[in-house]
Formats: sequence, C-alpha cells, structure tokens
Amino acid sequence: MLDDFFMRALVAGVGLALTAGPLGCFVVWRRMAYFGDTMAHSALLGVALSLLMNFNLLISVFIVAATVSLLLLLLQKRGTLSTDALLGILSHATLAIGLVMVSFMTWVRIDLVGFLFGDILAVSRADVDLVWGGGILVVFAIVWMWRPLIASTVNPELAEAEGMQPEKTRLAFMLLMALVIAIAMKIVGILLITSLLIIPAATARRFSTSPEIMAVLASLIGALAVVGGLFGSLKFDTPSGPSIVVAALGLFILSLITKPRTSVVEHSAANQGGQA
Amino acid sequence: MLQTPTRNASPLVSLAGVGVRRQGRWLVRGVEFSIAPGEIVTLIGPNGSGKSTTAKAAIGVLKADEGRVERKAGLKVGYVPQKLSIDWTMPLTVERLMTLTSTLKGAEIDAALEATGIRHLARAEVQHLSGGEFQRALLARAIARKPDLLVLDEPVQGVDFSGEIALYDLIKTIRNTTGCGILLISHDLHVVMAETDTVICLNGHVCCRGTPEVVSQSAEYQRLFGARAGQTLAFYNHDHDHTHLPDGRVLHADGSITDDCRPNDGHHTPVVPTGRAGPMRIVHTHGPDCGCGHDHGAAPDSNGQQEKRDA
Repeated sequence: MLDDFFMRALVAGVGLALTAGPLGCFVVWRRMAYFGDTMAHSALLGVALSLLMNFNLLISVFIVAATVSLLLLLLQKRGTLSTDALLGILSHATLAIGLVMVSFMTWVRIDLVGFLFGDILAVSRADVDLVWGGGILVVFAIVWMWRPLIASTVNPELAEAEGMQPEKTRLAFMLLMALVIAIAMKIVGILLITSLLIIPAATARRFSTSPEIMAVLASLIGALAVVGGLFGSLKFDTPSGPSIVVAALGLFILSLITKPRTSVVEHSAANQGGQA
Repeated sequence: MLQTPTRNASPLVSLAGVGVRRQGRWLVRGVEFSIAPGEIVTLIGPNGSGKSTTAKAAIGVLKADEGRVERKAGLKVGYVPQKLSIDWTMPLTVERLMTLTSTLKGAEIDAALEATGIRHLARAEVQHLSGGEFQRALLARAIARKPDLLVLDEPVQGVDFSGEIALYDLIKTIRNTTGCGILLISHDLHVVMAETDTVICLNGHVCCRGTPEVVSQSAEYQRLFGARAGQTLAFYNHDHDHTHLPDGRVLHADGSITDDCRPNDGHHTPVVPTGRAGPMRIVHTHGPDCGCGHDHGAAPDSNGQQEKRDA
C-alpha cells in the first residue's frame, strides 16, 4: 500500500495533521501563532547548518528551533523590547541567515522551494515512519502533561500556586513544537507549517464544548484538510502543500457559514464579564 | 463545627521580614505574619501597596528577595487570583474549570458549586458568566480541591453588596467546616470581613495590624449596615503616620524624611496590636496628601465609606 507515492503522502499528511491538532489548540489558546511562525522560519537556518556540517537534517532543525525559542524566553526576561518585536527580529533574521548561508554553499544542490513550501509527494517510506513515530511521541507527551498544560494556559500563577510547574510545562511545550516543526517541514514546508497548526484548531473552536473535544476535532479537521488538499492537488495539478492549506481554509470558512452555537457578539460581551 | 481557630497548631505559612524587589524598586518590604489552620488573615491597603505581591510571595509564586517564607511541607493551596481572563478560544465550562489543577469526584464538584450557589451554571461556558458569577466559579474551583490554605485575591470584586455578604458568609462557613487557613485580600480599605482574625494594612510595608472584631459589634456600625451585615463585615479604622512622596521617599509625621519606611525605624508612632478585647482604633496622625486613598484623620473614615456603599 505504501509503495504508491500518493498513498505515502496521504498517510504521512494525515499523521502530521493528527499530531498538529492538539498542539495547534495550545498555539491558539496561548496566542502563540507568531511564535510558531518564528520557530518554523528558523527551520531554514537548521537546514543550512545541517548541510554545512553534514549533520542529520531533522535533529539540526529541531535544535535550531528549540534554541530560538529558548533565546526568545531569555530576551523576554530582559524585557527591553516587546515580544512581537523580538519575534519579528528572530523570525526573519533566522530565515534570512538560512537563505544567505544556502546561497554560499554552491557545492550543494538544494531544493529551496521544497523546503519553503513542502514536497509531500516526495516523502519516502522512512519519512512516513518518522512522521508517525514522532507524532505518537508528541501526542503521548501532550496527553501525559495535559492537566498542567491546560492549567498553565488558563493562568500560570494559579497553576504554580497549586503545586504545578508552569515554567517547565512551557519549556516542554516549546520542545514539542520544535519537534513537530522538524517533522512537518518536509510535508507542508517552512512557510506553511503554522497554518496547519492554527487553521484546524480555529475551525474546531466553534463546535467544541471542552478543550479535549477541541483538540480531537482539530486533529480530525486537519486530517480532512490533508486528504482534501492532496486529492485537490492531484485533480487540479496544484502544489500539494499550499493545496492542503487552501483545503483547511475552505473548512474554516465552511465552519463560519454553518449555524454557530452562540453569536460572536455574545462572546465578546461575556469575555469582558469574565475579565471583570 | 470547628469553632475557634486552632492557634497552637504550627502555622501553614509564615513570613519573616519578607521583601520583594522588581527592577530596583521594593514592591513590599518587612512583611511579617503567619497563618494558622482555621485563621483568617485579611490584607488591606491602597493600590500598589503590595497586597497581591505579598500573597504571591506567601504561596511561592513570587520569590522573596529578602526575608524568609516558610510553608508547611505538602501545603495544599487553593488560589483565586486577582485577575484571570480566559481567552474565548478555549472552550471551558464551569464544570471543566473545577478540575483545572486536580482530579475531583462528581460529588465534590457538585458540592462546591452548590456551596457557591452556581450549580445551575455547571454547563455554562465561563466566558458567558457575569463578573459575580465568574468570581463564584473561581471560588468554587479553589474550595473544591479542599485546600489547607485558601488564598483569595479580592474575591468579591464585581459582586454586589448582598452578594458580597453572601460570599463572606460562605468563606466563614468554609473556614468553620474545613478548618483551613484563609488569606484574604480586600479591595476595600476600611471594610473587612468580620470573622477576620488579623487585619494587616500594607503600604509597601506593614502599616498597622489588629482585629476588626470590636468594631463590627458597635451600635453605630450595626445601624449603618444592619445587623446581618454586622455579622459579616466590619470596619477597620486606621490612619497613617507618614506620607509616601512621589520620588519614593517618605515624609514622617515628625517632619523627617527617609528613603524608605520600615517598622521600628523610630519615626513611627508605636503600632499597638490591639488584641481581641482591646479598642479597635490604632491612632496616629497623617500628612495631607499621601495619595494612598486614606482619609487623613478629620472625618471618620466610616462615613465616607458608608456614603459610597449606599450610593
């Protein structure tokens, strides 16, 4: 079954979407969309370093993404610049350095477009194993630290006061994100990874009554987007990575059109009440 | 019912000379107090006086930069933070909020919701609650896990007057039935819960301390608020003997100016803990523009407070 390149793409893509679902929910809840983008952009620096030092690509990307997130934590603590300014600097600086480094390495042939936008139709059997192996690891870790993750997302001080360690939870979450980015790079590409995290989660919000339901729904919606996007790209001969994102967007728009459980106005009014 | 606090039991938490500094500025300094099982300690003080900081230092969310904080080993805390906003992207019902930090049985959740009077809201999303309902939900969450120490940072904010009395009644009941210690931060400078064992007034340091008990029994107070309120709320009359200047220095009543102000620096009128039977008033004089929100001596604090309340 996995002999067919399209089948391999489907299996890998669905595996990634299932992993990205719960992780993406936390990205949305913690308002870390831009943070995820920054980590993803830094992946290109990881690619360049891996080529330069002849080192395993996945590990290299993971290390760079994790380092960037730690660097951000450090800079945030110094508190001189706002977080989004810091993210803007790190995000594009790492992307640019990666591009510059790659251009210097004339001795390697590198499919830059493949890294930026993904090349899911080229995934090998080993890639499929990697996606599922890594994915199971990530999902297992998230389930294992689910309660502290949710609690520290709601309020880190409350979590700490009641015996949890929100700093460690946050660190672990960032490492998981770095891992998912390293895995996802080949499938949807550096520039589109965050969309696979955020769009299914945002789509799931409307139909969810608990964080747990939202996480599962986000996985399923993501998987649906992968399947839809891949068949779409086959039919219309479009690039596969962007097609998946377009399919996810289509589902999101569809969710907006369907009858919402509660109106948006009610939401914002109630939110103010909650903050009072 | 467990009535009187077990004062002889070892304290749940005790602070000695605790100070917290951020960016070269002392948020609070020289804080001393302890909370025993069954004891209610109320922190009052103007905005920015270090109430929340002190509470966070007590439960270890903030690290004290000086002094010592000792917590009983394995202390179980229930915490209601001053500010908590839940992003509406997270679907969270009141019921789900209950098990945020610990697993609970269905009956425990029901009991906590019942006690706070929001059982009918169990399936409501927290983002749809009113301010008062949300405070009740947070309180229910904190008590449901049966803590040794309940830390409530302005638990009655956004709650109307009768709701406030009901919540204070509930806090009293919780203390009486579970025997937990309670650290309460009041949003009000002069009105505290009558059951409070110790009132501590902060203004970057401990200004004064005492019990509200006597005042709550006074005829004048009961006339103002009614007998029922008299069982629940009490005045804490106090004046300050120094002014915090805009540059951070301190002008004392004796005319001297110092860089900071700490108890026992010789500039203060001796602070007399009045004890349970003694008179309530801790008298010292006050500068004209301390900016700390206190009445400065002439008119009794209670009158201003009462007008605001009745309005």
